[in-house]
Amino acid sequence: MATTLYDKIWQAHLVDVEYVKDAKKTSETGEEGLIYIDRHLIHEVTTPQAFAGLDEKSRKVRCPERTFATMDHSISTRSLALDACGPTNKLQLQTLADNCEKHGIVLFPVGHQKQGIVHVMGPELGLIQPGMTVVCGDSHTATHGAFGALAFGIGTSQVEHVFATQTLKQSKAKSMKVQVNGSLPIGITAKDIILAIIGKIGHAGATGYVIEYTGEAISALSMEERMTVCNMSIEAGAKAGLIAPDKTTFDYLKGREYAPKGDDWTQAMAYWTSLMSDKDAVFDKIIELNATDITPQVTWGTNPGQVIGVNQPVPKPSDFSDPIDKDSANKALKYMDLIAGQKLSDITVNNVFIGSCTNGRIEDMRAAAAIAKQGKVAPGVTAIVVPGSVSVKQQAEAEQLDKIFIEAGFEWRLPGCSMCLGMNDDFLKQGDRCASTSNRNFEGRQGRGARTHLVSPAMAAAAALAGHFADVRDYQ
Amino acid sequence: MTNTGINIHTGTAMPLNQANVDTDQIIPKQFLTAVTRSGYGKHLFHDWRYLDQHEQVPNPDFVFNKAQHQGASVLLTRENFGCGSSREHAPWSLDDYGFKVVIGTSFADIFYDNCINNQLLPVQLASETMDQLFAIVENDPAAQITVNLQDQKVSVGDLSVTFEIAEQHKTNLIKGLDTIGQTLELDDKITAFENNLPEWQRA
Ligand code: SF4
Repeated sequence: MATTLYDKIWQAHLVDVEYVKDAKKTSETGEEGLIYIDRHLIHEVTTPQAFAGLDEKSRKVRCPERTFATMDHSISTRSLALDACGPTNKLQLQTLADNCEKHGIVLFPVGHQKQGIVHVMGPELGLIQPGMTVVCGDSHTATHGAFGALAFGIGTSQVEHVFATQTLKQSKAKSMKVQVNGSLPIGITAKDIILAIIGKIGHAGATGYVIEYTGEAISALSMEERMTVCNMSIEAGAKAGLIAPDKTTFDYLKGREYAPKGDDWTQAMAYWTSLMSDKDAVFDKIIELNATDITPQVTWGTNPGQVIGVNQPVPKPSDFSDPIDKDSANKALKYMDLIAGQKLSDITVNNVFIGSCTNGRIEDMRAAAAIAKQGKVAPGVTAIVVPGSVSVKQQAEAEQLDKIFIEAGFEWRLPGCSMCLGMNDDFLKQGDRCASTSNRNFEGRQGRGARTHLVSPAMAAAAALAGHFADVRDYQ
Repeated sequence: MTNTGINIHTGTAMPLNQANVDTDQIIPKQFLTAVTRSGYGKHLFHDWRYLDQHEQVPNPDFVFNKAQHQGASVLLTRENFGCGSSREHAPWSLDDYGFKVVIGTSFADIFYDNCINNQLLPVQLASETMDQLFAIVENDPAAQITVNLQDQKVSVGDLSVTFEIAEQHKTNLIKGLDTIGQTLELDDKITAFENNLPEWQRA
């Protein structure tokens, strides 16, 4: 029988299939199994309670060698001191360090050469490989699907389950193929692709599905761009996002610290090259987009599905036929303090954030710097650039991108999650409006009462220079 | 995690008549620095419940602050509840506030699993049934809603509807099972799986 890439990875990891029931229902038949987890990434926020649970029952971490830890969410981006953001943040970071030490888990703490946002650090080190199952107590684990790995976020109880058993009980999701045809116009990025997809299928449009992204526009993307696309799969509600591995993937992995070497590499390649959906594989749902139709995207609302092209006006609630969408639009316009019909170029921003696991990689830094060097940050705008990892920071500095940013009036910070969610001191004030390269524009995400517009790194840099949203294609 | 199990629950409802409630709203990031599982209830829906960040001034317009809904233990909501971040602090805070059951049109996947793992019962009902429930509670905030997990039934007054839930989830919720303990019993199978991996895939 023809199978999808998802079927293949699922099948290769089944330790036990016990139940044949749909996860949420009794009326539909699905497959539930115990699947083996190849890679477990952890960070300070979603693990303390899991370690405590293990300790209560005197359980051990089954495979510490498959588990890697970093500090990213609650650290400062101005100081390497663990207590730079107060005693509770420090306690959480120290708890992670203590737990890793106790259970023999490799940790990349603040100040370490390999530290970075968990979804930037993992791929950089070659920890993520095609065909793997990857989990992390973090919804943006979907990022790693870019390597053709089945990667998804889990809750803390499941983190504890993986610690103790290196497996998870999972129900098999449905499959969705998202095919992006043609080639991307100049000035259009991976971020615009994924925002356009979410805009098309909706904020919960892929709930219960694993997405496989295919098509010429996807094949043409670099690994970094593929990570940006897969990262936001969860923003459409998907369990995971996948891209079949190809030469781009293998070239990226070759020589990375944890990638297979020598004979192992040869054997790995023999397996990896088999990882693709069969030509006649059947998907539960297929969505198609034309790359040439995609324009620079900007979110106007309070969920990532509320997105428009840079030249489109802010929508009217009456544009939506579904009563729930209409109601959401009303609420979003109010929270975002926008007027239906308004032009994006008339909306001023006072903050710009470039960074996060969506857009904190070296190519993102380069794309933003290419715009930043064309001007100066507009008066009244605070703009920060936060590299996704120490390695990204060093590479950017080697290319003197930091100088370009600083010269233009951006702040150049230490790596971390930073203003993507503001668990440290990088958060916005009531009423602030931010052009952000992160992934969530929920109410209060970047600070109580603050307003977030999701954009690509180039669009964020352009907004910083203009002081309002601007079409990045005018800067090419 | 409580391990007492849940079967029949009766209580009044909190009508949160809103779709796409994300976990950033349920429990905002500034409360995620704690290293324990308890104490999150007072911060539940912080941004909507309070007008100030120190939680001194309740927002009189938010349903959680209406006198007639105090003491509710059943949360009514709409579609895509619990979307966004995987934070298990979301069910922890709902549980700590006093909710035993969340009834909505649909739930985000990770949130749903997190509920099951915390003995918080997620009940999915059709949108029209939710309309009826909201109407009943609006008419009579003191209406007692009974959720019977064994029979998979929600009843209030004359209304009685059934809901679907996977057998495995149902058993776990009713018996309050230790899922890790269950999996550990499959240790032989896990070890056999590991021994079967090609050398280069072994960690
Ligand atoms: S950068 Fe943002 S989305 Fe990514 S892991 Fe950190 S907080 Fe989560």
